[in-house]
Amino acid sequence: MKKTYKIEVDCANCANLMEDATRKTEGVSTATVNFMTQKMTVEFADGYEPKAVMKNVLKACRKVEPDCEIAI
Amino acid sequence: MQEIIVNILLCIVILTAVFLLTVVNRKGSMTKKQKSMMSRILISATILLILQFVSADMFASIGSPGRLLRFACYIADYLIIGHDILRKALKGIGNGRIFDENFLMTVATVGAMALAVYENGDYLESIAVMLFYQIGEWFQSYAVGRSRKNISELMDIRPDYANIEADGNIEQVDPDEVEIGSIILVQPGEKIPIDGVVVEGNSSLNTSALTGESLPREVKTGDEVISGCISMTGLLKIKTTKEFGESTVSKILDLVENASSRKSKSEDFISKFAKFYTPAVCYSALALAVIPPLVRMLIMGIPAGWGVWLYRALTFLVISCPCALVISIPLSFFAGIGGASSQGVLVKGSNYLEILSKTKTVVFDKTGTLTQGVFEVNGIHHSKIGDEKLLELATLAESSSTHPISKSLQRAYGKAIDRNRVSDIQEIGGKGITATVDGLNIAVGNDKLMKYMNIEYIECHDTGTIVHIAVNGKYAGHILISDVVKPASEQAIKALKSAGVEKIVMLTGDARKVAEKVADSLGIDEVYSELLPTDKVEKVEELLKNTSDREKLAFVGDGINDAPVLSRADIGISMGAMGSDSAIEASDIVLMDDNPLKIALAIRISRKCLRIVYQNITFSLLIKFACLILGACGIANMYLAIFADVGVMILAILNAIRCLFVNS
Repeated sequence: MKKTYKIEVDCANCANLMEDATRKTEGVSTATVNFMTQKMTVEFADGYEPKAVMKNVLKACRKVEPDCEIAI
Repeated sequence: MQEIIVNILLCIVILTAVFLLTVVNRKGSMTKKQKSMMSRILISATILLILQFVSADMFASIGSPGRLLRFACYIADYLIIGHDILRKALKGIGNGRIFDENFLMTVATVGAMALAVYENGDYLESIAVMLFYQIGEWFQSYAVGRSRKNISELMDIRPDYANIEADGNIEQVDPDEVEIGSIILVQPGEKIPIDGVVVEGNSSLNTSALTGESLPREVKTGDEVISGCISMTGLLKIKTTKEFGESTVSKILDLVENASSRKSKSEDFISKFAKFYTPAVCYSALALAVIPPLVRMLIMGIPAGWGVWLYRALTFLVISCPCALVISIPLSFFAGIGGASSQGVLVKGSNYLEILSKTKTVVFDKTGTLTQGVFEVNGIHHSKIGDEKLLELATLAESSSTHPISKSLQRAYGKAIDRNRVSDIQEIGGKGITATVDGLNIAVGNDKLMKYMNIEYIECHDTGTIVHIAVNGKYAGHILISDVVKPASEQAIKALKSAGVEKIVMLTGDARKVAEKVADSLGIDEVYSELLPTDKVEKVEELLKNTSDREKLAFVGDGINDAPVLSRADIGISMGAMGSDSAIEASDIVLMDDNPLKIALAIRISRKCLRIVYQNITFSLLIKFACLILGACGIANMYLAIFADVGVMILAILNAIRCLFVNS
């Protein structure tokens, strides 16, 4: 399953870091963070509940970029 | 001298901040975050300027508490401007991620502050560095935000609502909530929100937002309509055939918005580069702070000079911020894609923009790209009485008709028509015409006419409108009427050549003669004719083999049944593809209207964009490395460092925004 979320991130490098962090989160099969459109597309692995995964994604992203927001 | 420059700069900053907060802000172009940041910059710069004029001596006159007071004032100012950076850096360290620009800035400014306390000297430096860094960040956020907004506005075709009829009332709902098969109402002046079929009413549709075509399209009951068009005259009831997410409008928006997710090689290079760059710089800075003093102390036996080397290391850190690179490259691509889309050229990804810029060979599928749907005689086949004679008879028989076919026949015939030779003209609706010409019974029309008159006819293998002709009840041959070359085609080929394309190839299923004539008139280098759709794939593969890896091949098609070729080429461009999902999916670049000139334009945009990307990469790296060396040698101080950083970034961003402007 693929879902797109609105995000708020200030710098392009942080967006790259968020992308990395999201990809490493359990339950995410692949993810792209688009700094320019301020959107994040996450493809979830089978059998994972997007909401639960996104909580961890947000946590992981906050670690690399404390200021970021993801509209879950 | 340096102090005077800094004071002048502070004045400029204050004036600009006031201007931005009052005049520019009234237009609502700043976000809340940007507003508060700008206020902080203003306050901090003002305090700093005041502190500049209240000299250290005045504080000193109060005695030792004065020194403390002075320090407190500066620290307060420092915290006003830099508290978020400090917090982020601390959090970063707490989260095990130390090497980012917040960390760099914190270490550099805190370090400079500590040196200043130690020497009771120049607190200004540390705060000014933080201030200018924040100004740079603000500018970056503002510029990027503005161009994001501009680009999105260019592509604003998203419908906000759909009208649904429930219990006799019209209700506005989110297009996302409309199920397939629902009936939606579209009133005059509204956008069609979802693809569907008209079940009631008729109207003319304005498709200009999608295609750039200004001619309205008439629709009536039973016609398919695509979302994004604006209904102009009548009320339409539409039965939806797709969900909103699958509708044309969503697909186009999706395509443009996700374009920058497909990263180009240069972007990949930069993100990889940034990953090892920051740690490398931090370790070098550490080495710079520790090794030279140790060497001086232990080996050379002279005083270590810890302060000097620490200062150099801190300067080194300030210079090293990779912002200019990291921000300007995606911005260039985004602006390039946005600029292209404002011209009706949709590019599906930065990587395609990059490939397009390297295109040296352009392969055209003739139909629908170089030619258009205006009919012209393109061939006379199986004539039993000579081509000229056949055309003459057909033209004369059709001479009184106003049908477009009659006009194209007359154009092809090219001589004056003597109507006295024609008599007994009889029009058979939907089939053709019978008439007597020079005493011969002529029947001119489509295959239905031939069937109707029980005349055996030969079918044509070419696509186009076939006009069969029978003389005295016997089949005499047919005339093929098909597409005519677009008026812009010749210019388009020239524009491609001047844009740096070396070879232009045309593929077509048409007869060799016709194809060669078209190719000659347009100045196309190579022609392959009489090809079946599968042959086209083979030809493109053959051409691909003959081009080197660095030179790319683009295929231009109309998106109808050439999907395999579009995907086989390095880059597939489809034209006039609106409403054709398969075309949008199969191609990498979609031209919204069918003007072939847009291809050269797209190539020019891509070249410009890539040129700017390379300019930015080389420019920022050169300045960075030069400053790093100067900093390490102690020639550059922290002011120069921050100006190098912010200055390079601002220049790179301004340069990147140039991608948005397209000379059409």
